[in-house]
Amino acid sequence: MNSVYTTDAIIIGAGPVGLFAVFELGLLDMKAALVDILPKVGGQCAELYPEKPIYDIPALPVVTGQELTDRLMEQIRPFEPKFFLSQMAESLTKLENGHWQLKTDMGEILEAPVIVIAAGGGSFTPKKPPIKEIEKFEGGGVYYAVRKMEKFRDKNILIVGGGDSALDWFLNLQPLAKNIALLHRRDEFKAAPDSVHKMREMVAAGNGKLIFGEVAELHGDAPAVSAVTIKTKDGEIIRHECDCVLPFFGLTMKLGPIADWGLNLEQNLIPVDTEKFQTNTPGIFSIGDINWYPGKLKLILSGFHEAALMARAAYDIVHAGKKFIFRYTTSSSDLQEKLGVK
Amino acid sequence: MKLIVTDPGGQTHTLEATPGWRVMEVIKEAGLPMRADCGGCTACATCHVYVDDAWLGKLKPANEEECDLLADSYVQKPNSRLACQITMTKELDGLPVTISEDAT
Repeated sequence: MNSVYTTDAIIIGAGPVGLFAVFELGLLDMKAALVDILPKVGGQCAELYPEKPIYDIPALPVVTGQELTDRLMEQIRPFEPKFFLSQMAESLTKLENGHWQLKTDMGEILEAPVIVIAAGGGSFTPKKPPIKEIEKFEGGGVYYAVRKMEKFRDKNILIVGGGDSALDWFLNLQPLAKNIALLHRRDEFKAAPDSVHKMREMVAAGNGKLIFGEVAELHGDAPAVSAVTIKTKDGEIIRHECDCVLPFFGLTMKLGPIADWGLNLEQNLIPVDTEKFQTNTPGIFSIGDINWYPGKLKLILSGFHEAALMARAAYDIVHAGKKFIFRYTTSSSDLQEKLGVK
Repeated sequence: MKLIVTDPGGQTHTLEATPGWRVMEVIKEAGLPMRADCGGCTACATCHVYVDDAWLGKLKPANEEECDLLADSYVQKPNSRLACQITMTKELDGLPVTISEDAT
């Protein structure tokens, strides 16, 4: 856990632009590690619109968010990027040797001379239901994600929501739980029909309860939860005993700790120059939707261009003193070797 | 063509709208607070607005995706719509909308 991972560039955000940055850095002999809060790569493309077509990627008349992600992964494979997924870049400090040290909320420590912030719209965080004082119960009785299933063994679990996460966790935690209930506002589910069917079967067999309504209040010696007050769909107020409440209401984007890194943010965007896409702090670059400069367009293709120029500038930091020679992948046997095609 | 937007602070703005533009785009273009995280592909509800009741009938009905997203909102009202799913047309000249909490 506490060993330090050293590389040439740490990219924050594994969306399309962060992924392509691996390629541009790789061509210039720089290794990269990526940190992303999601458990998968692709950022918004994979999380928000995996199946939606994108029409403005050069030379790909139509491509879905997931296909674009898959193709980028294929393109960067020769450079063997290291992924730190399901974790948030938390703190950034400058070391005496001029390198940066980045710590994640999972305790990973990464060091590199170059930081590339490609965090798009910010980090995806769970949407919180508007329940009074819910923060007081977080981590003690309220959980927005399941990291270890064992934690929920023999508990009285209340799952809230009607999407895939809610249904999947109802099905997966049911065998472990002492009691389990699913609370949803209405008798319509967004989750996959198969999961809904399985859930209904379980409930019919008495292995769990299905309640229509919403949580009105949490009770217990905070952060522990002992019960909740539920306002049912029919307006009835009931008390439901439980010690774990798991709300699953999808994700929203928040800037997160990056806001505290002294980067002179303007309206949650990071100002950069348009030669290097560097921030006000030398060695920290920013590319893609999260940066701002006069004329900025939030397009994936603009992010790709920014990645190329960032890599050019990063070269002078990582390979200080070494002459930069500009070459093409079509003709340079050296580049082709890196790509594994020669 | 006008779009009349009440921001979350209660202030009303009269915006010039171009036919064919989405209400979300007109609001963003004017620099009013509107996240529209997914950029208009009905994948989030961060352009959620309330449409003046008298105008509801002039809008094309919401599709299933939009209904699902709105149903999950905590601030849904009968006149809730996603601004990215309303296209400005002649009939909607003068449309009043109010930006919801979801959009900020």
